[in-house]
Amino acid sequence: MAILEVRNIEKHFGPTRVLEDISFSLEQGQALAIIGSSGSGKTTLLRCLNFLEKPDQGIISVNGNVIFDAAEPATQRESEVRKKRLHFGMVFQSFNLFPQYTALKNVTLAKELLFQERPEFKANKKTILEEIQEEGRELLAKMGLSERANHYPSQLSGGQQQRVAIARALALHPDILCFDEPTSALDPELTGEVLKVIRSLAEQKTTMIIVTHEMAFARDVADDVIFMDEGVIVEQGPARQVIEHPREERTRQFLSRYAEN
Amino acid sequence: MMDFFTSSTFQTVLSALNSGFLKTLQLFFITLLGALPLGLIISFGSMSRFLPLRWVTRTFVWIIRGTPLVLQIIALFYVPGMKDWFNWPSGESGRMIAVCVAFIINYACYFSEIYRGGIQGVPKGQQEAGQVLGMTKLQIFRHITLLQMIKRIVPPMSNEVITLVKDTSLARVIALQEVIWMGESFMKGNSGIAGLVWPLFFTAVYYLIFSGVVTVLLGKLEKKMEFFQ
Repeated sequence: MAILEVRNIEKHFGPTRVLEDISFSLEQGQALAIIGSSGSGKTTLLRCLNFLEKPDQGIISVNGNVIFDAAEPATQRESEVRKKRLHFGMVFQSFNLFPQYTALKNVTLAKELLFQERPEFKANKKTILEEIQEEGRELLAKMGLSERANHYPSQLSGGQQQRVAIARALALHPDILCFDEPTSALDPELTGEVLKVIRSLAEQKTTMIIVTHEMAFARDVADDVIFMDEGVIVEQGPARQVIEHPREERTRQFLSRYAEN
Repeated sequence: MMDFFTSSTFQTVLSALNSGFLKTLQLFFITLLGALPLGLIISFGSMSRFLPLRWVTRTFVWIIRGTPLVLQIIALFYVPGMKDWFNWPSGESGRMIAVCVAFIINYACYFSEIYRGGIQGVPKGQQEAGQVLGMTKLQIFRHITLLQMIKRIVPPMSNEVITLVKDTSLARVIALQEVIWMGESFMKGNSGIAGLVWPLFFTAVYYLIFSGVVTVLLGKLEKKMEFFQ
């Protein structure tokens, strides 16, 4: 059974239709890359999965459970949404780290707040917080940032900031990790370190959706690729096939523009 | 010169100035105490998604910021009595209350614009990052946006507060006996020492020390938040 099942998602901004009849599924441990030109709806799709936008139509299921149904207002209640969005982790194009907290605190904050709400927190406060800290340090170490745990975001390079953001997203153990153009805000010489981290996550079979403009990276790291244009899925299939031997004319045109650049 | 400082004249002037300065201080702190929270409420109004409320609030802020504070003090003090709406309590305490109300309304409007800038200046991505991490709206406000807002607010707020230090002198238009009023009274010869310029000069010293202290304190607050950007 697919871990993620998206059916007939549709989204309008006013009169503009930004997503139309989007359907796809994702298997546990697989990486899916979404490619397409700016304004094709890739980011909006990711934001719909993370409940940052509300689709006008469609159903989203995780592990066979419907977590969003546009026809069922009960699935959209604020208190429910809060729990459900934890199925997804999100890494933003512009990092969105919290500037007033150290790298470590950025990673641990959400988990600390989540655990504070549990009844057993008061009695075991110290141990719980220590465990969260320890796990945060481990995550930063995995990102190659052990030395930077106590640095503030403004003291880190863009690549380091984005790696902290990835650690932060991993801290809550999401079922599916989403990346929204994770390297687009970075200087070219810094994209490598971030792509390397994502690649290693893929090797460890992290379930991921990556919106990206890095075609070679998508081809090598993703299992499947979706090509979007003007709010619709034009082509989807195994990464190598879509990027090297696209079936659709629009995909071919898009990829050839990339080859030229 | 020694004679001036030891004479009973000096004592008289000093105690009069001190009593005036006490009024100045009172006005300053009461204004801050009232205008800081009221400004926040007004800023919520001016950002409301309910359009009529937003327009009413913004028009009000426009009027208050667009007219002189002196005028507002005079209007607030005299108009209610003239129109038989209500009367301020008589004497110095009534003047103080009227002046405080005028100052609080005026400064709340200025503060509301500063709050609005601070709130809207925090990037939307901060809130979204909190949301996708499963935080509640309250947690996002408390743990993420609040401190970033305060950092943005402190520098423009410092300007406004230092202006307030000096604006307190406007209270004398309705005869509140604040520090300049007291200083001036010696010049006019009320106490039989006509022509003495020194008392007025000393009022300037009071203001300088007062605004100096405020500047240092707010500078410290600003410094405290330099650890992040």
